[in-house]
This record gives sequence, structure tokens and C-alpha cells, in this order.
Amino acid sequence: MMKPGTLILYAAARFLMPLQLMFSVFLLLRGHDEPGGGFIAGLVAAGAFSLYLFAFGSELTRDLMRIDPRTLIGWGLLFGVISAFPALLQGQPFLTAQWWPIPLPGGVEFKLSTPLIFDIGVYLAVIGTVMTFVVALAESEQV
Amino acid sequence: MSLAAYITLIMMSLALVVVFIRLVKGPTLPDRVVALELMASIMVGMIGVHAIYTNSSSFIDVAIVMALTAFLAAIGFARFLERGGPRHD
Repeated sequence: MMKPGTLILYAAARFLMPLQLMFSVFLLLRGHDEPGGGFIAGLVAAGAFSLYLFAFGSELTRDLMRIDPRTLIGWGLLFGVISAFPALLQGQPFLTAQWWPIPLPGGVEFKLSTPLIFDIGVYLAVIGTVMTFVVALAESEQV
Repeated sequence: MSLAAYITLIMMSLALVVVFIRLVKGPTLPDRVVALELMASIMVGMIGVHAIYTNSSSFIDVAIVMALTAFLAAIGFARFLERGGPRHD
């Protein structure tokens, strides 16, 4: 029952989706000290995938995501749990943030940390949850 | 500059009120959808003015997310209207 979209929608989806995914990664990595973070980044990425779904239908979106959205929820929760344990190894209270700055060429440093791992977990869980909703709704309307 | 920001915000607020009237009155569903889209666009403009007024660039990202979401909502509503419109098949 999926009606073929229009040329404008195809072109807009092809053009906007990669930009939106890049913007979501930018929001994710900027998260800790400035506005951003895993939740809003996940919502933006889910918006990108929903745009693709509106244009090309649910089967192609499943192919594009490669992984079932429900599996993504599990991976997100796993990352969230993993981020809790390094603090225990250091003898600090559970979930205490650990920072491992990695210097990069050019005088900047990449702040690898447990909050980043936790944010990636939130990101994956949010993408998985929203895409599970959206794909299920799109498929139920096809019947 | 703050005077310009105030004037712009006042005008945009008035525009929001007018759009809200259309949203409530709008005889058909497409009217209401267009009103909602216009509301989102005005909100993007307000966020932009606020970003200039407070001199913080973080609000620009909010405006970007808002605009993208509004675009997505427009497409979703359009598909809904297409499906709910008069059909004979």
C-alpha cells in the first residue's frame, strides 16, 4: 500500500539523510560539556531514518539499517552497562565518570570517557526504540 | 540591538497568535497542517533571534533540529492526508 513518493521527496531524502546522520554524530560527540548528548542525537538520527522510510518504504529502511532496531536497543543497554564498570575497577563508586584523554595531532585531544560510552548507549537505545515504533507503524498501515 | 530583538520577538508572537487562530478555526485538516508548519517556522525564527540576542551559538543547533523535525512532520502529515483523502480503490 506504500504509494510511490514524488521526485522531490526522493531527492530531499537522499540529500538530507546523510547530513542529518552526520549532524547527529556531531551532537553525540559534543555532548558532555555543551548542549547535545545521546538522547537528542538519537532522536535526530531516528528522524533521518524516518525520512528515508517515508520516501522509500520500510523494507528498504530495514536493509539500510542492516540491524534490526530491537537489536539496537539491546546493544545500547549493553553499552550503558559497560560504562558503569571501569569505576569499580578503580575502586571508586559505581558509575563514577572515568576520563582517558587521547592526544591527537594538531594540539586537540579526544576525551574518551565513560560518559561518552554511556551516551553512545543512549544513542543506540533511542534509535532502536524510535525506529521500532516507526517501522512497526509503517508496516501495520501496509496491511 | 536589543530593541530590534524585542520588536522582532513581538512581531513573531503576534504572528503566532494569528496562526493559532487559523489552527483553531481552520475549516479543513490541510489548513491546520499548514498552520502547524507555519508555527514551526516562526519558532525557528524566534530561536534564531534569541541566539542573536543572547549571543550564544548553541541555540542555532536547536533551530536546526527544530527545522528538521518540522520538515519530517510535514511529510508525515502529507502522507496521512494522502491516505485519508477521498479514494475509490
